[in-house]
Amino acid sequence: MNQLSLDHAGAAIEFNKNEPRVDWHDETLWFVRTKRDRAAAQVPEWEQLREAASQIKNYSLSNMHDLLEQFEQNAIKNGITVHWAADADEHNKIVHGIIQKAGADRMVKSKSMLTEECHLNDYLTRHGIEVIDSDLGERIVQLRGEPPSHIVLPAIHLTKADVGDTFHKHLGTDAGATDPQYLTEAARQHLRDTFLTRKVALTGVNFAIAETGGFVVCTNEGNADMGVHLADVHIAAMGFEKVIPRAEHLGVFLRLLARSATGQPITTFSSHFHRPRPGQEMHIVIVDNGRSRQLGRPDFRNSLKCIRCAACLNTCPVYRRSGGFSYHSAVAGPIGSILAPNLDMKLNADLPFASTLCGSCSNVCPVKIDIHDQLYKWRQVLMQEGYGPGSKTAAMKTMATVLESPRLYRMAGKIGRGVLRFAPVTVENKFNPWYTQREMPEPPAESFRDWYINNKKS
Amino acid sequence: MYFCTYVLPKQMMNVGLFIPCYIDQFYPQVAIATLKLLEKVGCTVTYPLQQTCCGQPMANSGYEHLTGGCNDNFVRNFADCDYIVSPSGSCTLHIKHHLHATNETAATAIRSRIYELTEFLTDVVQVKTLEAAFPYRVGLHQSCHGQRGLHLAQMSELMAPPFSKPGQLLSMVDGLELVQLDRRDECCGFGGTFCVTEEAVSAKMGKDRVADHLRHGVHYITGVDVSCLMHMEGILKRANSTVQVRHIAEILTATL
Amino acid sequence: MTTRDQMLANIKANQPSVLPLPTQFTFVSAFPDLTRQFVDILTFVGGTAVLLPDMDAVKKHLQEQYIGLSSIATTVPALASLSDMKLDVADPHELAGLNLAIIEGPLAVAENAAIWVDEHQLPQRVVPMITQQLVIIIRQSTIVPNMHDAYKQIQVDATGFGTFICGPSKTADIEQSLVIGAHGARSLLVCILP
Ligand code: SF4
Repeated sequence: MNQLSLDHAGAAIEFNKNEPRVDWHDETLWFVRTKRDRAAAQVPEWEQLREAASQIKNYSLSNMHDLLEQFEQNAIKNGITVHWAADADEHNKIVHGIIQKAGADRMVKSKSMLTEECHLNDYLTRHGIEVIDSDLGERIVQLRGEPPSHIVLPAIHLTKADVGDTFHKHLGTDAGATDPQYLTEAARQHLRDTFLTRKVALTGVNFAIAETGGFVVCTNEGNADMGVHLADVHIAAMGFEKVIPRAEHLGVFLRLLARSATGQPITTFSSHFHRPRPGQEMHIVIVDNGRSRQLGRPDFRNSLKCIRCAACLNTCPVYRRSGGFSYHSAVAGPIGSILAPNLDMKLNADLPFASTLCGSCSNVCPVKIDIHDQLYKWRQVLMQEGYGPGSKTAAMKTMATVLESPRLYRMAGKIGRGVLRFAPVTVENKFNPWYTQREMPEPPAESFRDWYINNKKS
Repeated sequence: MYFCTYVLPKQMMNVGLFIPCYIDQFYPQVAIATLKLLEKVGCTVTYPLQQTCCGQPMANSGYEHLTGGCNDNFVRNFADCDYIVSPSGSCTLHIKHHLHATNETAATAIRSRIYELTEFLTDVVQVKTLEAAFPYRVGLHQSCHGQRGLHLAQMSELMAPPFSKPGQLLSMVDGLELVQLDRRDECCGFGGTFCVTEEAVSAKMGKDRVADHLRHGVHYITGVDVSCLMHMEGILKRANSTVQVRHIAEILTATL
Repeated sequence: MTTRDQMLANIKANQPSVLPLPTQFTFVSAFPDLTRQFVDILTFVGGTAVLLPDMDAVKKHLQEQYIGLSSIATTVPALASLSDMKLDVADPHELAGLNLAIIEGPLAVAENAAIWVDEHQLPQRVVPMITQQLVIIIRQSTIVPNMHDAYKQIQVDATGFGTFICGPSKTADIEQSLVIGAHGARSLLVCILP
């Protein structure tokens, strides 16, 4: 069954049908979380760094208009062409236009969650442009016709046997070969040829520097660099929230990013682009696609501080046990669940409920986004705007009536000590889902209140 | 009979006991233990009889806008107490963050005077010794709302010195052996309505949490939130395990 | 209105009133021995370090290390005799067959073993990625404690491109097992001169 067509809970049921696989997924991502813990522990000022990063981002959001103008001016001075895109469609058209102008019909692309959000690959493919994703994980899922399941580790849902099968089918590796070293080497050879033959390369942007009109792209594989340094045209796509004031602020972010993401002290390459190389064209596409609307929501604007490290995914006990596809949106996990409702409330009304509000995400986040509080707030917005099922609203209204009346509450309690039973359990469910894998508590003979009146009250 | 050391004078300890609805209905023994424990450390405890619930089940489901009546009722019950103490980190956190009422002055006062049981004991009463005995291997479940919301213990995400208020109290219990878990503060997956709307993930989280305790050979799992314990109890019972759950108040009042 | 003006207008209308920048955003790292720290981290990220007294020693070490290797290029005049290829090519595609590039790094960072290089060191931007093996020569005196110190010393837009390189290229995209040598260099040797 296609997990992407289900709501989160439904997709999670599918995912959990193979429990050993869930255990493996959980352990693999928890391992990344522990690597992050070890890396962070080596920086004595870790919490102060998070605070500084958070404040720089707060400042940037509050001064976004001026920073973007400054960035544009400086980028143009540097010889970079700056484009503005109001939405995904405009972004895709701009990119397509640049490719056409270059007379190319194929492109190599390094990791960019923005282009996933905009469904750029689909768009270009429909218009006769071949796109090859050069990040190993992205290439794996691209060959399988899947989206990435994780913003940093796109193929984390796959075992090496899965990858072996995929590469055997598409790259001609030996049948049954699963050695990561061997499989990576096969991808290296295959993509090297791609890098050497593409005239247009697209990258994402990790940080854009207003002061200097340049931008930074971080990778471990070197794929972004391989692509653009060999191409005649470099297109960099960025959400407008990537802009930061000054180059010296990069010190804060680069110290946090890789440690939070994978537990590395820094990525292998942190490349700073300021001017095209002689004879090269460099384009930046600055995209809104709902971001300015999110900026206008005081409760949710902080989500735009995100630097896409994925620490909140790795730490999330729900993500680890439901998989990236259960979030049916480009960005999975806790951060995805607070970004997606801004794009489409109806389609993504389930996501803020895919959480226990445990709060681990907010505390692991290097830029201190109050993710779990925003999940709570999105729940309020979504239900108030009528995106909840009618049965749930009715049940909640009954509950409200009961809980504001001590008399009704006691009556309900006496009827089979039923508070718990009528509260979560009857909502939306004909059968009792609690009981599927768990026993019910044994109802005692008397409530505490009864005991108190009998034993304590004089 | 006072066999505890505490710092603040008795007359300051006029405590209103808030017993969350599911404890009242399903786990009265936890409420009784809480009451006895508070009295044991010298508090004068009253239990306002018209209390119902903190409103969290509705609010976490996205219906905070329906909690007005419930909140007003809460304020009516507790406006007169010096302190409000509850054996639940989750409900305490909810009141602290979200209690608003027609009488907002009273609601504001309540928000600043409500305490979860263990933080009340360590921070307000400043209990130094407890005469309790519980000669078993015990695993402590750090319930998320208490831990990350109320800072009852240092969370593993932060690079900051460790502490644990429930752990501090458990260390005063004779014979109790507290085990170290592989994941010391992972969520058990209860999550209120989450436990039924996301049954698959919730149950899996619960099973994994219980397994961590079982791997370390515990006799009992304890914690500050009955909701989490109820969840894990449901899983233990389904697996016919002999391991039992006990709210921390039950352990802190246990004698040989 | 153009898309640009519309976007900027929306942003202006929706951004909150201005918040202050943090007063502290640089921190001091006190490592007892910067070189030791650099070497430890470089080893952790899959690179190799060697301390050598002078360029002659570097030359000797590289000769021994890469015995029999061809398609070698360098920007270091003193090592020119090791090379049989040049980096200063018009078209970066000409570097496709490069086996070993030997370049200099003007600044290194102890906390994360990153080495800054820009177009002063790179005749072509693609050199450190396209080469099969990479050697960077740094000087102990140019190792700074952390990234804040690094950004104080470098000017990011002094040339059109600059990058921090930390170890050989790598990936863990297949089941989180680390594989050294993704698309960039398969190995990184850092020669540290006094
Ligand atoms: S929300 Fe925070 S933790 Fe999650 S990806 Fe963004 S920056 Fe990382």
